This record gives sequence, C-alpha cells and structure tokens, in this order.
Amino acid sequence: MKKLILVATALGTALAMGTMGSALAQKSAADGIAEYRAMLADGNPAELYEAKGEDLWKKKRGPKNASLEQCDLGQGPGVVKGAFVTLPRYFADTKRVQDLESRLVTCMETLQGLNAADIAKTPFGRGEMANVTALATWVASESRGLKFNLSQAHAEEQVMYEVGKRLFFMRGGSHDFSCASCHGEDGKRIRLQDLPNLTKNPGDGIGFAAWPAYRVSNGQMWSMQLRLNDCYRQQRFPYPLFGSDATIALGSYMGVNAKGAENIAPAIKR
Amino acid sequence: MKKQSKFIIAGTATAAALLLAGCTTLPSSAELDKLTMDVAKASFRDQGIAKTDRLVLDDANRECMVADASGKPIDEKVAKSIEAANMATIKWPAGGYYLGDWKQGERIAQNGRGLTWSDSAGSSNGGNCYNCHQISKEEISYGTLGPSLYNYGKIRGVKNPYAPESAAVVQYTWGKIYNSRAYNACSQMPRAGHKGILNEEQMRHIMALLLDPNSPVNK
Repeated sequence: MKKLILVATALGTALAMGTMGSALAQKSAADGIAEYRAMLADGNPAELYEAKGEDLWKKKRGPKNASLEQCDLGQGPGVVKGAFVTLPRYFADTKRVQDLESRLVTCMETLQGLNAADIAKTPFGRGEMANVTALATWVASESRGLKFNLSQAHAEEQVMYEVGKRLFFMRGGSHDFSCASCHGEDGKRIRLQDLPNLTKNPGDGIGFAAWPAYRVSNGQMWSMQLRLNDCYRQQRFPYPLFGSDATIALGSYMGVNAKGAENIAPAIKR
Repeated sequence: MKKQSKFIIAGTATAAALLLAGCTTLPSSAELDKLTMDVAKASFRDQGIAKTDRLVLDDANRECMVADASGKPIDEKVAKSIEAANMATIKWPAGGYYLGDWKQGERIAQNGRGLTWSDSAGSSNGGNCYNCHQISKEEISYGTLGPSLYNYGKIRGVKNPYAPESAAVVQYTWGKIYNSRAYNACSQMPRAGHKGILNEEQMRHIMALLLDPNSPVNK
C-alpha cells in the first residue's frame, strides 16, 4: 500500500513538473517516470507470472497428462537456463525458426497433446494463451542477467534475419508507418515516451531485452508477441497472426541486433 | 504434429523452398525482397477495419522500403518520379480557402486516434501531429520524430495568409499535409489527405493552427 502511495506521489511530481513548460521540466518528467519505474521494480508483479509459469512447466497437463519438462528450447530437452537469450533459432524437428512463444506452443502440442492451432487463435490474456505468456515470463526470468547471443549459423536463421530487417522497414497501412518510423533513430520520442533505436543494439535491458514485461498502465503481462501485435495495431497494419513468420523474423532481427545486451526480462513498464 | 505443421508453416514454405532449391548461400537481395512480401502476406489477417489490403505497397512505399532496408539513399531519379506521382494526387482546397479555425486545429493535432483495428469505421480521425512535432508552446508533451513547428508561420513571415506574398508557403503547407511524399519521396510523415486520414475541413483547421497569426503557434 505504501508503495502505491509513493508511486502516486512520484507520478504527481512528474506531472506537476511537466506543466512548467521548459526543456528542463521535460527532463525532470522523464526522471520522475524513471524513478517511479525503479520503485515499482522493487515489487514487479511479473513475479506472479514467473511463479505461474514455473508451475505450468512442471505440471502434468493436457490430453497426454505430461509436463513440459522435456521441452527442447534449443539447448536440449529440459534446459531452460540460457535458452531465452538464444531465441529465435532454427529447430530441426519443426524445420523452422521459432521464437520462445511459438516453441512453447510446439511443446504444448507434442508433449501435452494440446492443439497448437487453437492456442494460436486464442486472444492474449485468455485460456491457454495466458499460460503461454506465463511460461514465457518464467523462461525469460531464467536468463535474467545473461547476454543475448542468437545463432546465425543456419541458413534459415540468416534468411529470417534478412526478412525481419526488410519487414522492419516495410511501410504500409493507412499511415505509411513502418517499425523504423519510430524505432529507426537514436534519441527520439513519441510525446514524452522515449523510443529505442532497434536497428542496432539499443543497450542492456532495452527493447528486445526487456519483454515479456508487466505493464502498470493496464495491469497486464505482455509477451513479445503481444508487444509486436500492439505495435502493428498502432501502425494501422492488419492483425499479425500469433507465431507467424513475420513476427518471428522481426524477433530474429531485433534479437541478433541486441547481441551482447543484458536481458532484464521480465521487466516492468509504465 | 501434422496438424500443427500445416498451421504454422504456411509462411515458411516459401523460405524453405528457396533453401531447398540448393542455396547454401543466402538468397539474393531481390529474392529476399520477394520472400519478405510472401511472408507478410501469410502472416496477417483482417481485423475490424484493418484489412490485409493495407499490406499492398504503392511505388513510394516499396521503393523506400528497399532503400531503407539496404541503408542506402533512394536513387535520385526514382525519388523524382515518386514525388511527381504524389504531387499529382494533391487536391487543392475548394474555393482557395486554405485556413479554418486554429482552435479546432489544435484538437485535431492533439488527437492520435483513428484507423487502427480497434477503431470503428466512420469515426473522425485525429491528425497525430503532437506525437511527432512540437507545435504550440503550451503543450510540452510532444514527440521529436518530426521537426518543431512552433512559430511555423511567423518564421516564414506569414502576416496575412491570404496576401500574395504568403501564397507559396501556404500552398506548400497544404501540399505537405495532403501528401508529404510529393516533396520528399521517403518522408516518414503520413499522407493525411491522400490516404484519407483527414478530410478537407480538418486539414483547413490544421493549416490555421500553423499559419493563422492569431494561433498560439505564432505567438
């Protein structure tokens, strides 16, 4: 409760400073928001999703009444630590490059007998999709503090990077926006929101190295797939299919660009 | 397993095909360009008013995408032809009335809504202006993706927007808002008139916000 009050005060301060109307006040507003985030990080609600995800990983579920403990996230069956910072990567069994979430769905189908297509069609935050998000949150947390290091050894991985790069610059929709419209330059903002430049390594814990993240503004846990989904909504694009190649290719592009960046996911966002 | 592959692999079939064709090296840049469009086509679906036809790129968007992704500036001749084609789309305001009400312009500039899949058809769209530009000095929550427009008219010496000496600036401003790519082939600014984001009346209000000497922008 005390924390909530502190947060409200920090926000109030940030807003009050915001009305002073000078460049200095804007910097202070940004500082105020950073302070507010730092306070929240003390008790990141993502921890609840981590715990749920770990439980789901170990629990026997689905028509096959099996756990996900034999799921191969690229480092061998059952190896979770370090997996997150190597995804997306090529998987020989599915013959495709997969990101964390699409790979988890593969395991839920092959090991537990759940229906991958049904899961992919489930809205974010509901049913098995909420479980995928929790699982992704836990898997990401098991690589906290590790540096991103995606493989580009397989030809498919190189192709996905190249496709992802092109998609990043693809202008479309009613407003001609691409990912690069907002994330192509250093030091830019939308309103007062700082925008990371995702065409290169944006730094430790920024961009690809921050999601899944808990969003305070709507009280939701957002996976990378949902982060991309809402970017495309705001870009005025049509709806990206969950686990589609476009979303995975963008993950490859951002993940390879983030090489060496430290993972802080699951992070906390405004 | 079979079911899953069918569902998920739809998009990758093309990627795999390229590789299976014996390419151990990376496909050519042109092949990757084509593959990218195939991947996009397989990766999106209609939702609300946002239909997959929004993935169809016109010449300007296609050429700028290729240039941006390659990290090289667009070919000068291609740029000129994009600018000419976009210039031809501009509809000038009926009766030569360029300026509306700056107060309504301010509201439209503040509004960033419209045309996403969560917006309904027929709702009035915002101009999204403050997301990227500083405009009036009173609003400090502005973006920096575009240049500052504070004092836009004043800096350009517009004392009376309808005076002959103002005509060039006024017409350019209308054209730029209507279709930014007429002046800069790969501008990142939305084409508010050409793409039907704002109607003529809304554009006149935005014009007033920028050019009316009484607008706070020019104080």
